[in-house]
Amino acid sequence: MLAIAVLITLFVMVLGLARAFAGPGVFDRILAANLFGTKTVLFIAMSGYLFGRPDFLDIAVAYALINYISVVGVLRYFELRNEDQPEPQE
Amino acid sequence: MDILILLSNISLALGSFLLLTGALGFLRFPDFYSRLHACGVTETLAAFFIVLGLLLQSQDPLPQAKLLLILLFITFSSPTASHALAKAAWRAGIRPPGEHSAPADKPRG
Repeated sequence: MLAIAVLITLFVMVLGLARAFAGPGVFDRILAANLFGTKTVLFIAMSGYLFGRPDFLDIAVAYALINYISVVGVLRYFELRNEDQPEPQE
Repeated sequence: MDILILLSNISLALGSFLLLTGALGFLRFPDFYSRLHACGVTETLAAFFIVLGLLLQSQDPLPQAKLLLILLFITFSSPTASHALAKAAWRAGIRPPGEHSAPADKPRG
């Protein structure tokens, strides 16, 4: 079951990358990056348990924090940049 | 001990199902806000179930504490990131499709 969950997480990450390439506008791509980051956290935690080394959880905690801070930071930049020039609709 | 492994497998299966449906909605929905809703809701709940499944499977207290930390952080930060995405998209001028999409900060009456 753990191996199946790891494979499904990898598949969902690839689907998120597909949307990151095809998404019209920048916010779809930021959303895809956020999805990719949180799925990476789950992937690291599950791989740690799959290979019998639960020490990978330290990396998962650090990456969860980094992903959140970077998404909020990038959004703040785009929000302030687009205040006077509105984003074109799809 | 066997009931814990069974519960852990059920929780992992539920989390995987939520991941798949969220990714399907993320690919197929027509505009940004519906994609944001599909992705944000299922991502939080799927992460919750998967980490809960791993928590039921672990034996030592230190990995359990770390998993609990990941669980709490994802439960609080993922909805906040979705709100930040929606707020930034609204401020940038992206509107949901429809004929009554007026900006919310226009004075009424």
